[in-house]
Amino acid sequence: MNLKLKVWRQKSATAEGRLAEYEARNIPPDASFLEMLDILNEELLAKGDEPIAFDHDCREGICGSCSLTINGIPHGPVNLSATTTCQLYMRKFTDGQTIYIEPFRARSFPIVRDLIVDRSALDRIQRSGGYVTARAGSAPDGNAILIPKTEADSAMEAAACIGCGACVASCPNASAMLFVGAKVSHLNRLPQGQPERHQRTLNMVKKMDEEGFGNCSNHYECEAVCPAEIPVTVITQLNRDYAAASVSKAVS
Amino acid sequence: MSALDSKIPSGPLDTKWERFKFESKLINPSNKRKYEVIVVGSGLAGASAAATLGELGFSVKCFCYQDSPRRAHSIAAQGGINAAKNYQNDGDSVQRLFYDTIKGGDFRSREANVHRLAEVSANIIDQCVAQGVPFAREYGGMLANRSFGGAQVSRTFYARGQTGQQLLLGAYSGLNRQIAAGTVKMFPRTEMLDLVLIDGHAKGIVTRDLSTGKIQSYAADCVILATGGYGNVFYLSTNAKGCNVTATYRAHKKGAFFANPCFTQIHPTCIPVSGDYQSKLTLMSESLRNDGRVWAPKKKGDKRPPQQIPEDERDYFLERKYPSYGNLAPRDISSRSAKEACDEGRGVGESGLGVYLDFADSIKRLSENVVRERYGNLFEMYEQITGEDAYKSPMRIFPAVHYTMGGLWVDYNLMSNLPGLFVLGEANFSDHGANRLGASALMQGLADGYFVIPYTIGNYLAPQLGKRPSTDHPEFKKAEQETRDRINRFLSIKGRRSADSFHRELGLLMWDLCGMARSEKSLQRALNRIPTLRQEFWENLSVTGGNEELNQALEKAGRVADFLEFGELTCLDALERRESCGGHFREEYQTPDGEALRDDEHFAHVAAWEFNGIDKAPTRHAEQLNYESVHLSTRSYK
Amino acid sequence: MDAVLGNAPRASRHAAPNHSSYSTSAVNFLASFYRSSIGKKWIVALTGLALIGYVIGHLVGNLQIFGAPEKINQYAEFLHSMPRALWVVRSVLLAAFFLHIFTTIKLATENRAAKGRTNEMRATTSPKPAKKTMVVSGLLVLSFVAYHLAHFTARITDARFEKLNHDVHTMVILGFQNPLVSGFYLLSVFLLCLHLSHGFQSVPQTFGLNSKSLRNAITKGGQALAWIIFAGYASIPLAVLLKQLTPAH
Repeated sequence: MNLKLKVWRQKSATAEGRLAEYEARNIPPDASFLEMLDILNEELLAKGDEPIAFDHDCREGICGSCSLTINGIPHGPVNLSATTTCQLYMRKFTDGQTIYIEPFRARSFPIVRDLIVDRSALDRIQRSGGYVTARAGSAPDGNAILIPKTEADSAMEAAACIGCGACVASCPNASAMLFVGAKVSHLNRLPQGQPERHQRTLNMVKKMDEEGFGNCSNHYECEAVCPAEIPVTVITQLNRDYAAASVSKAVS
Repeated sequence: MSALDSKIPSGPLDTKWERFKFESKLINPSNKRKYEVIVVGSGLAGASAAATLGELGFSVKCFCYQDSPRRAHSIAAQGGINAAKNYQNDGDSVQRLFYDTIKGGDFRSREANVHRLAEVSANIIDQCVAQGVPFAREYGGMLANRSFGGAQVSRTFYARGQTGQQLLLGAYSGLNRQIAAGTVKMFPRTEMLDLVLIDGHAKGIVTRDLSTGKIQSYAADCVILATGGYGNVFYLSTNAKGCNVTATYRAHKKGAFFANPCFTQIHPTCIPVSGDYQSKLTLMSESLRNDGRVWAPKKKGDKRPPQQIPEDERDYFLERKYPSYGNLAPRDISSRSAKEACDEGRGVGESGLGVYLDFADSIKRLSENVVRERYGNLFEMYEQITGEDAYKSPMRIFPAVHYTMGGLWVDYNLMSNLPGLFVLGEANFSDHGANRLGASALMQGLADGYFVIPYTIGNYLAPQLGKRPSTDHPEFKKAEQETRDRINRFLSIKGRRSADSFHRELGLLMWDLCGMARSEKSLQRALNRIPTLRQEFWENLSVTGGNEELNQALEKAGRVADFLEFGELTCLDALERRESCGGHFREEYQTPDGEALRDDEHFAHVAAWEFNGIDKAPTRHAEQLNYESVHLSTRSYK
Repeated sequence: MDAVLGNAPRASRHAAPNHSSYSTSAVNFLASFYRSSIGKKWIVALTGLALIGYVIGHLVGNLQIFGAPEKINQYAEFLHSMPRALWVVRSVLLAAFFLHIFTTIKLATENRAAKGRTNEMRATTSPKPAKKTMVVSGLLVLSFVAYHLAHFTARITDARFEKLNHDVHTMVILGFQNPLVSGFYLLSVFLLCLHLSHGFQSVPQTFGLNSKSLRNAITKGGQALAWIIFAGYASIPLAVLLKQLTPAH
């Protein structure tokens, strides 16, 4: 396959970026999207040009490192790939096609280089409350707390988030509500998460706002691109839990 | 005999850990914050260690090369985590988990360590549940279990097909709590490039900030490496692209002994390689072998589509060779059999490196819907990657490097032979012997981090109060300078080949000559060829850009340079271990019907290698493995 | 936020909330709730709900035009017979209206800032005309409301209305006989309902009342309701233009 690529190149966080054009030639249809970039990078390196920098690690759709916006959609058009960029294969494209490859965009995700963005804002939100205070060694027996299967499954559904940030990148408002909703719902849906439920919800929303993410306006693009298929009902839960936590704080 | 003192506590096996805990030195709570602890790596072992030590009050610094600690490769583990809870009332116990692990490891691991692992396994589950890990539950609200390779009891706890991610997120949440509390400082996108020894003690590291290229030293009272395995020495593996041996190998070059590097695990059910551009191999759950039949054509070079190959021209080789276990033969045996079929020219697929995993019989017996229910997500994944529909034609599978049992040598305290250097998780050698059982990697990583290191670290730290050097110490300056020189050397070669191309060549060589089956001849060849390749690397490497920027080509160059030295050590270890055991199969040492032939008389020991300089032969130290409670038997799966 | 740092002694010193007076705490709560992203969404949803209530109530009143002329005129007189209540309702609606607009504009501004630079290639996973045009449709509806109030409530745009007093029936029909007036009305009501087709389903989402099982019903129901309302409003000028409704005198 031969493809025309328009790739965002930006030397550093402060440098001016631009779309550069490349020809990707003789790409095997069985190559993954990232392997296509590997092949191109080998060519660039052979010519003495600097390869395109992009985040990637596990290449099996779970670590959440890869973060490319392909033809305007994070992780690529949803009809081509059900999951992350690393699980997108070139046979889904047509020979001669032009492909735009750009970073995950949001003001809270500053570009580090080329297609690599800094998603540490998501870590900082997690630090503000995305945990249960459970000292190692102090835990009761695993079966001491009974959790109905449906509850465990619904917590699992939210916990499946891989933290890639595609929800933020896809959102016209750069909102992190799906991410925060998933993290809050995971713990708020479990008995272990109840003691810190209100404080967690308030803190994580506060941090989310401080980090400069936008507001949810119910477009649900996030849900459509989410590789872990997190449903927007986690946002419903976040809205509800936040109101409840605010009221509880006001009257306590 | 040797420099290796395993410091195993005395007394009966099942009381050793209790006794050890009581006899260990404690540190006054108000003194704890005066100790700086460096943790390199943020996977299950690293994150759980950093979180637990931070909670105890130590000042911890945690480093990872990824952009977030949550992305460490523990996240990719699918199957589950073992624990001797015996919730199923099916005969499990600490003793049984201990024995299964020792036997699964083909009697090449240390009894006391494995017993401790089995003892703390139950606490891990409790801890994870308390953190909010959403383990699968039964309708009554109790924890669910499933059985897993190599065990006759159901002791595996799981969270969908992503147990690794959920456990890591649990450890990561604990880590986050400590970061917020200020006891742990996190350094993402930071790679450790050297270990600093002062008076023989590990007292700090030199790092490179991967975003800015800044070289910086950090001093501490001790250093913990939890940097995972070295499977990527084979280039293609199920490891993440970034997994590397640099941290442990740098420590090795500073004097830490590397134990059993030849013990590498090859997983039988991976998606085959489809071209030389391929960057990584994807594992598919072993559970597929419950309903799939493995076969290869009887005829060499049979290129007919599988459906057109009549039944009597198919060789169901696992069922033929291992009638009692059949398609469920252990990982090493299944992998080797597939390789044999391919070596005989009977492999399938374009490359000829693959065998069929056929579900036609199961679909006929159970219906497509039942098969879809059981394995739907795996079939989807297979389709996504290969573009083939496994309901219509059989899957093609091939073994791939998956886990490495070898690692830095550690004693019972998980401390290496270098005082102050602790090694946890896959990075150490201690618990899995020559072969790891399924669902035991997660268990070991968390055991080391949550429940072992918090007790063992005190014995080293207690007398070290106030001995932490400053980074102005000449040893730090020297290590920094060496690191800079090395980087400059990469940048100044200005050759024509990328680090990746060397890595790929090394990987292919390792796979061919030191892969599933090894021989004196193949290993000698590897040992001849690696130095040549290494020499070419240092003459013809191409790294663009500079140091003071995010430079992925430079990062790779450093890692590949270490693999190019480490590969040689692996081959040497494989050569010197003149027996077959677990994941290490030497063609010269097999029974008449092709099974692994262990040599307990000469090789019931850990081989720990001491670095003597590049192009100089390393010294092989041996730690004899003494079995007090188990009897060394031969595995048979016929 | 010491309480979450796992540092118990410090937490107990600082965690005690300010109990000095309930009202301060309530004001603080309202202020911090409003400052948060989710709080603002709640305000938008609450005010939106009030306005939806008005849109439906207004439609029910308007549809009486299809009855005898006295019916709608009596309805108008009934409303005017309680000026105090009328002004209370009007004030609440006006406040809701402006709070809705003010808050959404604030949200839109914040959102634009949060997005920063956009990609060169922009795309969405599916066409979303209603969602993408919320601000525009809202602002166009605002301009329509201003005109509509001037037209029928203040009666300053049409000289004929001055002598009609409370004959709403004639006023409406005379007004809509002008195709320009009807056309603008139809367009505005269309935009309003496009706005509502997204707005309806957003309300339960923001209030935390959406769920997997309700979701489809909420989405489809919200859209259906929006277009039923459109049909109701549109029926009046269309009936006038098609001469199905003529002045009584």
